[in-house]
Amino acid sequence: MSLFGAKRWSAGAIAVIAFAGAQAADISGAGATFPYPIYSKWADAYKQQTGIGLNYQSIGSGGGIKQIKAKTVTFGASDMPLEEKDLQESGLVQFPMIIGGVVPVVNVKGVQGGQMVLDGPTIAQIYLGDITKWNDPRIKKLNPSLALPATAIAPIYRSDGSGTNFLFSNFLSNAYPKFKETIGASTSVQWPVGIGAKGNEGVANMTTQTDGAIGYVEYAYAKQNKMAYTALINSAGKQVTPDAQSFQAAAANADWAHAAGYHLILTNQPGEKSWPITGASFILVYGSPPDPAATGAALKFFDWAFKNGAKMAADLDYVPLPDSLVAQIRNTWKTQIKGVPAI
Amino acid sequence: MNAIAAIEPAHASAQRLRERAFHGATFVAALLVLGLLGGVAFALLIGAWPALGHFKLGFLTSQVWNPVTERFGALAPIYGTLVTSFLALLLAIPVSFGIAIFLTEMAPVWLKRPIGVAIELLAAVPSIIYGIWGLFVLAPVLQRHVQPWLIEWLGPLPLIGHLFQGPPYGIGILTASFVLSIMVIPFISAVMRDVFETVPDVLKESGYGLGATTWEVIWQVVVPYARTGIIGGVMLGLGRALGETMAVTFVIGNAHRIGSSLLAPGTTISAAIANEFAEAVGDLYTSALIALGALLFLITFTVIAAARLMLMRLGRKALSNV
Repeated sequence: MSLFGAKRWSAGAIAVIAFAGAQAADISGAGATFPYPIYSKWADAYKQQTGIGLNYQSIGSGGGIKQIKAKTVTFGASDMPLEEKDLQESGLVQFPMIIGGVVPVVNVKGVQGGQMVLDGPTIAQIYLGDITKWNDPRIKKLNPSLALPATAIAPIYRSDGSGTNFLFSNFLSNAYPKFKETIGASTSVQWPVGIGAKGNEGVANMTTQTDGAIGYVEYAYAKQNKMAYTALINSAGKQVTPDAQSFQAAAANADWAHAAGYHLILTNQPGEKSWPITGASFILVYGSPPDPAATGAALKFFDWAFKNGAKMAADLDYVPLPDSLVAQIRNTWKTQIKGVPAI
Repeated sequence: MNAIAAIEPAHASAQRLRERAFHGATFVAALLVLGLLGGVAFALLIGAWPALGHFKLGFLTSQVWNPVTERFGALAPIYGTLVTSFLALLLAIPVSFGIAIFLTEMAPVWLKRPIGVAIELLAAVPSIIYGIWGLFVLAPVLQRHVQPWLIEWLGPLPLIGHLFQGPPYGIGILTASFVLSIMVIPFISAVMRDVFETVPDVLKESGYGLGATTWEVIWQVVVPYARTGIIGGVMLGLGRALGETMAVTFVIGNAHRIGSSLLAPGTTISAAIANEFAEAVGDLYTSALIALGALLFLITFTVIAAARLMLMRLGRKALSNV
C-alpha cells in the first residue's frame, strides 16, 4: 500500500517537473483534426530527441484559423487553404505539411473492395439524387463485368464540418458543373439527399450496416477497417486505386510553383497515376512573427519532420510531401518569414 | 462558558457581524446566477446579431442551410428539436409513470431498492454512451426489424401513414426520439417516485378503507395529490431532451431538411451546433450557429415559464377546491 502511495507521489512529481520544464520551450499550435495523429506521433519522437514538446489542440480548421489570427498560438493548421488575399491581409504565411486522400466506400451485395469503378460525374449524380439505383446504366457503363443489383442507393455523408467534406465536395464540384452550381464546396455543404453520420467512424458504420450505401472516408480509415473502397477514373481518364503512390502522384503532378501562397487543392490533378480526391493539410505562421523564437522553434520541428518523418507518416497511412515541394517550402521560409533564426 | 460568553456585548456584535457577512455571501452567490444568466443571454444576442440582422424573420421561416452560399434558416433544426423532444416525452411519460407507481405502490420491499438504484445508474450514464449504443446497437435493430414493419403496416394508413414512409435507414427522427426517451425516463421516474412517496399513508389508507381498489386509489388519491410534482418531473425531462446533444447527433441523420416521415433524417439545434461550430469559417456562418443557440435558450426559457404558469394555475385551483 505504501509502495503504491510512494509510486504515485513520485509519478506526480515527475509530471510536475516535466510540466515546468516543458513550459519554457513547448511549441503551441491548433487546428485541423485530420493531421492530428501524425503531428502527435512526430511530436513524441521529436521530444525524445530534443526535449522540446508540441502542444497541439485539434479543435478543427476553423478554430485553428481563428486562434492563429488571435495570435494565441504559434502556428495554425487548416485542411482548407486560405486564399492569397486573406493571407496578405492577415500577414500569414501558408505551406502544406502532409498529404492524405479521401476514398469512396460502398456496400453493394457481391462487390468486394477495389472491384467497382466510379468517376466524379457519376458520384456527383448519386449525391444529387439523380442516380438512385445501383443498376443504373451510368454505373453499369463503368462496370460492365459486375452484376449490379437493383438496390436503392443510400448516400451517406459526413455531418460534422471537416476537411474530408471539403475535399470530397471540391472533387465533385470540379467533376460535375451541376454539383458546383447547386451545392458547391465547403467543410459543410447542404446535401439534397442521404443521411449524415458523425466522423469517419460514423460514416464507416452507417455504410457497413446499410445495404446499398455509399460513403466517403479518409484513406487510413478505409484501409484499416478493410472497407469496400472503389477505384476512380482520374482527370487523365485512367483508372486508379487509392494508395500512397497515387496520392503522392497527385501532389507531385500539381503545379505548386505557380500557386501563390500554396493555395492549391489537390483534387482532379493531372497525371495518369493521380488519385483525384487528394488533399494537403496546411500550416499557417506569421511572416513577421510576434515571437520569432517560438516560430523558429516551430519551423525547426517542421524541418525535422520533413527530414525524419516520412516513415512514421507512412505507418499511419499519411503521405509525405514530394522532395521538390519540400525544397520549395524551405525556400519560402527563408524568404518570407522574417526575424527567425536560420534552420 | 460559551453560554455566558454569548451574551457579552462584544461577542454579540461579532456574532451579528458574522451573520451579516454570511447573509451577504449567500446573497452574492444567488446574484451570481442571475449575472451569469444575463451574461449568457447577452453574449448569445451579441453573437447572433449579425445573422439575425442579415436574415431577419427569414431565419425562422427558411429551412435552407447552405454554408457555401451563406444562406441560413433555422426551421429544420427548430422542427427537429421540438418533434424529437415531444416524441421522447410521449414514449417516456407512460413508462416513467408505470415505473414510479410500481415502485411506490406495488413492488415487494426487496425489489424496491435494486430497481431504484438501477434507475439512478441509468441517469448517470454519459450521453455519448447512449449515442454510441444508439448507433451501433439500436439503429441496426430498428433498421432490420422495426422500421420495415412500420413501413409495411402503418405506411399505407390514411392520416398517419406518411409519418412511416420512406427507406428504413435505421437512424432518423424516430431513432433519436427513442434514444432520448430512454435518457429522460430515469429523470422523470425518479422525480415521480419521490413525489408519490410524499403522499401521506393516511390518505391512501382511507381510500382503501372506503373499499377502493389499488387502481382507484392511484388515480383518485395519489395522482391528484402529486400532480404538481409529476409536471415538475416531466418538465425536467423535457429540459434535458431539448438540449441533449451528443446522443442525438449520432442517431438523427443530421440533415437540414424537414421530412414528412418520422423515419427521415433530420437535425436538432444542439446537433447542428455540435457538428458545425468547430469548422465554421466566416462571420455569418458562426453567427448563424450562435443564433441557433440563442433560439434554444429562448425555447427552453419558454418551456420553463409555461411549466411555472401551469403549476401556479394548478396551485390556485387546488386552493379554491379546498
